[in-house]
Amino acid sequence: MATLSVSRAPLGGFSFENCKRNAVLEADSAKLGSSVPAARKTGTTICGIVFKDGIVLGADTRATEGMIVADKNCSKIHYISPNIYCCGAGTAADTEMTTQIISSNLELHGLSTGRLPRVATANRMLKQMLFRYQGYIGAALVLGGVDCMGPHLYSIYPHGSTDKLPYVTMGSGSLAAMAVFEDRYKPDMELEEAKRLVRDAIAGGIFNDLGSGSNIDLCVITKGNVDYIRPHDEANKKGVRVNELETLCQTGDYKYKKGTTGVLTKVITPLNLDTVGEHVQTMDTS
Amino acid sequence: MWGILFYSVPVTGFCPHGSYGVQDTLRSGFSSVKNEILPSHPLELSEKNFQVNQEKMNFATVRNIQGLHAPLKLQMEYRAARQIQRLPFLQSSNLALDTLRNSDESIGFEDILNDPYQSELMGEPHMMTEYQLGLL
Repeated sequence: MATLSVSRAPLGGFSFENCKRNAVLEADSAKLGSSVPAARKTGTTICGIVFKDGIVLGADTRATEGMIVADKNCSKIHYISPNIYCCGAGTAADTEMTTQIISSNLELHGLSTGRLPRVATANRMLKQMLFRYQGYIGAALVLGGVDCMGPHLYSIYPHGSTDKLPYVTMGSGSLAAMAVFEDRYKPDMELEEAKRLVRDAIAGGIFNDLGSGSNIDLCVITKGNVDYIRPHDEANKKGVRVNELETLCQTGDYKYKKGTTGVLTKVITPLNLDTVGEHVQTMDTS
Repeated sequence: MWGILFYSVPVTGFCPHGSYGVQDTLRSGFSSVKNEILPSHPLELSEKNFQVNQEKMNFATVRNIQGLHAPLKLQMEYRAARQIQRLPFLQSSNLALDTLRNSDESIGFEDILNDPYQSELMGEPHMMTEYQLGLL
């Protein structure tokens, strides 16, 4: 049995003990033709905009594992603090753990300062952590919230660069969503208009990108109020085929009508069975 | 200029841990050139030395802004706090050290993954105490 090395105290955090072994396993399995299991990603469309009173964040709800849909209704809008929420794209576990760690850190920080946390603080913490791990933590985030200085929206890339913009999109469907934003975004929109714009942007990602799908979740953050709308729009209902954006419900029916196949011959053989004996065995249910 | 040299602590990289810089086969097992020279992951070296490098950087900054005495005083407090430990094979809480480093107000991966408090392996008590006392 192995014991700890004498000279070094045990450290927490990531352990790189198995990296060499994994590299050897991967090379061996490639030789045999099989492949290493893929991490669950959220090939995704996430986006956010700043409107008149605050922030609207939107996300789809599909999580993929290679070419398979792993989760048809996962939640991609994560809680950071009562006034700050964060959408996550990339490796699902990485976004989940990163946002939880930052949420805890912000809570401790808020207890120490005694104030509501600012979005810039969360942004700074996230970018410093992601840069420390040089992009190996695959988390692309859209961070938005309303604090004492107004509404703020940031996009954070896995290597640690951030952008502060009025409208951002991330994920595999980001181009489709950005096309919708570039066409129809105006500064200082009303709430309903903003919600419709975000819904259309995510729908663009859902219908044009294979990595995004299922429903549309929205999160509206204003000063003193958060509206977490899940689901805002069930764009894809199972069993219902939608032809255009306006639902023309046509259920595809693959059952054949009775009599489609013609009957050529019919043979009936009666089986006459006699009762030989009866034996009752009671079950012991005590 | 000489201030930077003053703070150059030898980075605990991949040189062998035994005395005289030679691989200590009894304690650390067999060695191979590949294990010694190449890290198994690009982040391994930077993560191993992360705390040390952060402290070096902070002390250098404080030295440049506030003068030589500020980091000297802080390092004296660090050394004092580092001496408050349990026996070497037991987990110490490091409360004073955490307070000085401000790591009692933040949570990172080192608190969640591979928590030393929940490690399944324990060091051999006699060997570790003798090593610490320099008797081995």
